[in-house]
This record gives sequence, structure tokens and C-alpha cells, in this order.
Amino acid sequence: MRKKKMNDEDYPTTGHEWDGIREYDKPMPRWWLWTFYLTIVFSVGYVIAYPAIPLLKGATPGLLEYSSRGEVRENIELVNGQNAAIEAKLLATPLAEISADPELSRFATAGGGAVFRTYCAQCHGAGAQGFKGYPNLQDDDWLWGGNIESIALTVRHGIRHDADEDTRYSEMPKFGEILESEEIANLAQYVSLISGQEYDKAAAAQGKISFGDNCSSCHGDAGLGDVEQGAPNLADALWLYGGDVETVTESITNSRFGVMPAWQGRITEAQIKQVTFYVHQLGGGE
Amino acid sequence: MSFLKNHKKVERNATLLMVLSLGVVSIGGIVEIAPLFYLENTIEKVEGMRPYTPLELEGRNIYIREGCYTCHSQMIRPLRDEVERYGHYSLAVESVYDHPFQWGSKRTGPDLARVGARYSDEWHVDHLADPRSVVPESIMPTYGFLLNNKLKPEESKALLIANSRVGVPYTEEMIENAEADFKVQVDPDGDWEEMVARYPKAQVRNFDGQDELTEMDALVAYLQMLGTLVDFSTFQPEISR
Repeated sequence: MRKKKMNDEDYPTTGHEWDGIREYDKPMPRWWLWTFYLTIVFSVGYVIAYPAIPLLKGATPGLLEYSSRGEVRENIELVNGQNAAIEAKLLATPLAEISADPELSRFATAGGGAVFRTYCAQCHGAGAQGFKGYPNLQDDDWLWGGNIESIALTVRHGIRHDADEDTRYSEMPKFGEILESEEIANLAQYVSLISGQEYDKAAAAQGKISFGDNCSSCHGDAGLGDVEQGAPNLADALWLYGGDVETVTESITNSRFGVMPAWQGRITEAQIKQVTFYVHQLGGGE
Repeated sequence: MSFLKNHKKVERNATLLMVLSLGVVSIGGIVEIAPLFYLENTIEKVEGMRPYTPLELEGRNIYIREGCYTCHSQMIRPLRDEVERYGHYSLAVESVYDHPFQWGSKRTGPDLARVGARYSDEWHVDHLADPRSVVPESIMPTYGFLLNNKLKPEESKALLIANSRVGVPYTEEMIENAEADFKVQVDPDGDWEEMVARYPKAQVRNFDGQDELTEMDALVAYLQMLGTLVDFSTFQPEISR
């Protein structure tokens, strides 16, 4: 039974005295003491159950044979197992037919969104809105084609990604090394003309001739671009680097080469299909 | 329990108290740290690890100088969400040539252990020069000045020697060619074959897009190799550890 509560005066002191100050010799609070004993008991159980004592070849494995690496593998296998059926279905379904199956397209959109936010958002933006030099994926202006197969090819092999033999490659010459600066200025005026901006009539007329000689083989006679060659459309209001005369002059002079890494081998085939489907359904897909 | 009476002696002798507490604390070190040095399975056997190229090593120095480790970790923990986001969990062997390691302790920015080859060089340059130009919500400081800081390739030999003294297995040949290797890694038109033979999987490019060899080249070269060395197709994780 609980002892009668002791008064402070009843406790013994440690025996020291400093200037009349004495120190009680009180026991530890009982809850604290029992918690302490409990942790010791717990530690014995823990040492038996979990990897603990280092020996010559390795630590004792413990009865539960727990390992953090084993656990992460189990977790991944569990999730993969749960997704296995629908993932197999995704792999078996051609890209163009995914949208016909509501369950599959939900799976592809959700998974593709996760892949996009992990790997693509840094360049293309969290909302796929793009930045200067990094294409907007929501509009219907596509450098290399916006149908689902073209998008898949871009995701798989990247753009100007040297390590991938099948990467998409185009190289606009640096016209600063080929043309006089006056010719480049004329070309910039002509680009302003075809893209519906203010332009200098005389210079644009000169630029049109120069355009036919130097640019039309890739960008087309009307400057509408060519997705086969990755040549951008110059006649619309959508610009990757900027459509003002100054930026266009810079682009013509020094040329611009964006690079996108190839994702085949880095992410799984199912992830490639998912992210392709996700990008295609954002709004710009053809 | 009469020896407990001697506790008074310990309490009243500062030197004895210190020596004995050191003894008690070191038991923790002996049990937890010492085995890591003799257990063979501490460092995984993998294919592909090699010491840093002179340029990557310089980039690593810049990484440390700018305190990147205060906001970025290089340690993917064995948790499903981390493995899904960043790639295979980090292995001890991947830090084997790091003096000091860059595991970090806090992620204000994302983990960088496998950032290599994930984005383009242009992205890294744009992002380091002005992080908000590509990631509007970023709070990372700007590092545009790296584009103007020229490097001194002649110092790379001393850097390699310093690292070899703390245990990085740089060969005589690597140390002799440090300066040349340093310069050739940003020159795809140069004779980089020997450099790549010395440092397999080394990436040779003009990383910052400028003619001059700047700190941006070195830092981007370092970032672009992070986590790209180990060949995981041949790696069998030992579950018992």
C-alpha cells in the first residue's frame, strides 16, 4: 500500500552543507524508474528480434530477419503486384486505343501525371506550360509532331540526346557565320511579316528572297515549319525563345539547340506510355 | 553492491570522471562504428564506380564551397516513395571516393544523388543562373556568377594528389595527366579518348555553352555524372544487411 506522504523534513540529506544549503537525498520518481527498467527489458527483446550485435562476418540477423532493403523491395513488389494486371493491359494496348478504355485512361493519366511531375516538370513546368527555351506542351504547336506516336518517340529517345542513336536531331546552321548582319536583319523583318507583327516593308521584301535561299528548305516556303525535321512554325504567334526582332535575330545568328534527355531505359515501358498519354491529353495532342 | 560506494570517488575527481565517461561513451562507438570498418559487406561490390575526373572533382569543390549540401541531400533512403521519385536507393559504395561525403541532412531542394543525365546541360545552366526562370516556385539562390569565374586547370594536379593522400586510388597516370584531362573534358573536338579510358563513362561536352572554361562547366559536369556510374543491371542487393 502507498506509504503516508512524507514531508520534506523527513527525507535524509546527502550530508553536504554549503552556506547553510543542504541537498535532499530523494529517490527517483517511481514512474521514471519503471519506464527506465521497461526500456531495458524492451532492448533485450529488440536485440533478439532485429539485427543488432555486430559479429565477424556481419550483424546478428534477428528472429524477424528484418532489413530496410528487404522492406523497400517488398513495398515496391506489393504496389507493382497490385498494378500488375492493369499494367499488363496498358502494355498490350496500342497508345492510340488507351483513351477508348475509361479505366485504362484513368490509370495512364494518373500514373503519367506522377511521372511528369517527377521527371518533366523541371523543364516543361509543373503545368506543362513551358518556359523560354522549353516547349509548352499544352498548346497545339509541336516541333516534332503532336500525335501520340510522335510524342512517344520524343519521350523514348529525347531530342539531341547524343547517347541515344535514335534521338531526334536537327541542326540549324549558325547564320551569323554565313550571312551578313544586314541579311540577318532583313530575315528578322520577314519573320515579323509572316508572323503577323510590325515590320519594315523594304527590309522584309529583301528578307523574303533570303528566306527562300536559306530557310525555306526546312521551315517551308511559307514558314509553316516541318515536324519531320523539327523545324518550328514561324508564321504563328507561339515562340519558343521569343518572336521579337531582337530575339529572332539572335536565333538566326547563333542558332539554338534545346536538348531533351532520352527516357527509354531510365523509366519503364509502362511509364513511357503513361507519360505519353498524359502529355497527349493535356490539350495539345493531335 | 559495495563497489557502488566508490561512486563518491568518481564524483569528486574531475579527471577520473572524464576518463570513465569517455570509456562508457566509446563503447557506443566501438559497437556501432568500428564493425563498419572490418565487415566486408559494408561496401557493396558493384561495377562502374571510378574516381571523379579532374573536372568533376573541381565541380564537387564548387558544390561544397557554395554550400549546396545545406539544402540538397545526396542520399536516397531505402523507402518506396524515395525510390519511386529519385531512383535506386543510394549505396555506400557510391560515396567511396567522397572526401567528405555529401549525404547532407536536410532537403530544402530535392535530392541530387541521381540527378545526372536527367536534365539537359542548358537546363542546368539556366537553372543555376536563374532558378525561377524554369521553376517559378523555387527559393534557390542564383549562381549566375559561376559563368564568369574562370577555372585554373593547372591546379587540378594538386587537387588529385590531395585526394589520393586521403585514399582515392588515383594512379600516377591520372595525376600526371590531370591538367590535360581537365581541359579535354569540355572539348568534344579534342583527343578525349584517353581521358575516357582512364575515367569510363566520363561525359565530354561543352557543359556551359561558352568558349571559356568556367566554374559553371565544372559544376554542371559534376551534377551530370551524379549517380550515373553504378551499373545496376549487374547489382544484386544483399538483403541480409
